[in-house]
Amino acid sequence: MASTTTGRGTQAPAEVRVTQARVAASEWIKLRSLRSTVYTLAASVIMMVGLGLLLAVIALVHLEAGHGLGSIGPASLSLYGAYPAQLTIGALGVLLITGEYATGMIRATLTAVPRRLPVLWAKLGVFAVVAAVTAEISLLVTFLASQAILSGQHAGTSLSHPGVLRAVLGTGLYLTIVGLLGMALGSLIRNTAGALATLFGVVLILPVLWDLVPAQWAAQTARYLPSNAGQAILQVHPAAGTLAPWTGLALFGAYTAAAIAAAALLLRRRDA
Amino acid sequence: MIEARGLTKRFGDKLAVDGLTFTVQPGVVTGFLGPNGAGKSTTIRMILGLDVPTAGSVIVNGRPYAEHAAPMREVGALLEARAVHTGRTARNHLLALAATTGISRRRVDEVIGLVGLDGVARKRAGGFSLGMGQRLGIAAALLGDPATLILDEPVNGLDPEGILWIRTLLRDLAAGGRTVFVSSHLMSEMALTAEQLIIVGRGRLIASVSVADLTRGSRHSVRVRSPQAAELGAALTGPEVTVTTAEAGVLDIEGLDSAEVGRVACARGIPLSELVPRTASLEEAFMELTRDDVEYRASATAGLAGAGRNA
Repeated sequence: MASTTTGRGTQAPAEVRVTQARVAASEWIKLRSLRSTVYTLAASVIMMVGLGLLLAVIALVHLEAGHGLGSIGPASLSLYGAYPAQLTIGALGVLLITGEYATGMIRATLTAVPRRLPVLWAKLGVFAVVAAVTAEISLLVTFLASQAILSGQHAGTSLSHPGVLRAVLGTGLYLTIVGLLGMALGSLIRNTAGALATLFGVVLILPVLWDLVPAQWAAQTARYLPSNAGQAILQVHPAAGTLAPWTGLALFGAYTAAAIAAAALLLRRRDA
Repeated sequence: MIEARGLTKRFGDKLAVDGLTFTVQPGVVTGFLGPNGAGKSTTIRMILGLDVPTAGSVIVNGRPYAEHAAPMREVGALLEARAVHTGRTARNHLLALAATTGISRRRVDEVIGLVGLDGVARKRAGGFSLGMGQRLGIAAALLGDPATLILDEPVNGLDPEGILWIRTLLRDLAAGGRTVFVSSHLMSEMALTAEQLIIVGRGRLIASVSVADLTRGSRHSVRVRSPQAAELGAALTGPEVTVTTAEAGVLDIEGLDSAEVGRVACARGIPLSELVPRTASLEEAFMELTRDDVEYRASATAGLAGAGRNA
């Protein structure tokens, strides 16, 4: 009936099929072709590197004046930028999804990939690699530079000390998982303001509210809250009452995996 | 080829699409016509798998859209609401879509040229006019050189030159054996572009006809002006004849052609100052068909006038 369509039909040759790798390539193009992505990543790097170095210089001045470092260790000091950076990386995770819903791009995306789930996996995968590489490099560089500054007063530490390498790399993983949680919430809520509020509520507000509950059970369960569990890995020497570093990160990862599973289920079911 | 069977979509207690059954054949431009709110966009979203039907099914080129291994090669779609990230350039938008199914950069640049966006391809889509946005959407639809094209209101926002361009493009694509399915709420536009029409109102199928049949089947009448109109009206009798007085001295006659009316007038010696055969335009035929199925009608003109006084 349609002579020009011969050879196309339903048995598409392998070179034109939609594959997971191709969808990932598409998401990589999307990620780097938005200014907002680049700016948000740059802001995250500036916070991690800038705050770490600033605190190292302040500590150096403090040490030169004859004071001690106080309770904060030299490693934690150089990783401090992770606290503000979790907001920018989390926000980027949210925006990479809700930006598509806000502009209508999601309809083009899901028309190109109507099976839908490959889009979610590609977004999560591409973002995880970008966030992890950015965070790990920033944190390693900041750690090494900070310790070089502090070594002027023989107050530095090194990656070979127990728990230090784990804390540096673990902080990058924590930030990556915050970003993935942002993506899952963005996909579930499909609205930028709502998803950002939920993410920051869970990561920042929930532990504070929990502390206000004057009950024994609240004090005993606080360590299982998502961000409390995840931030256990940021400490070189685990504080009393927190989960073991990797246990905590695994629990935070499990919460995020559950949110991703819910997002996948709804992405399959809901009208786009 | 698009085949819908009992396609139904319910949003809450509102039935947006109600048991639509139709077939869109390759080789001709098929217009999908209906007033605003008739369910056209929802139907198109169901064809593309964006909305899940409440009941019924629709298949494209033999299977549900989502089950094609290379959907963009099968179907190119232009969605009514803009489906472009405003922060991305036109070229990057197309590159990202092309990447999902391994379409080359060369093809991306080719469609950019084809729709006439060369000059702005590296500008962000957020700054595009409605017409440029439509061209970008059409470029995306053409990327995979698909056998089937589904375009929701493609002439929206286009200037006259753009409208002419899209008409020619759609006819050429159909002439090349493709299935071309174009929605519009403008009968006059469809009359110029489409050969087949699927007409809907309030989510239901009203007619599936060719443009030629619709014109042929529409009402014909004869208008006469005469100083002795009343006398002429009385003389024009017959089982199939209806005579209405349009204004003083003017009659509209259905059921007789102008030659017969002239003969009767001559036989009675009635002078005529005007004798005009009239065919309802496609626009009128469409209005006639959809009269009972318009979702949003401006019924309260008096109310509007009142509001105008207050303003």
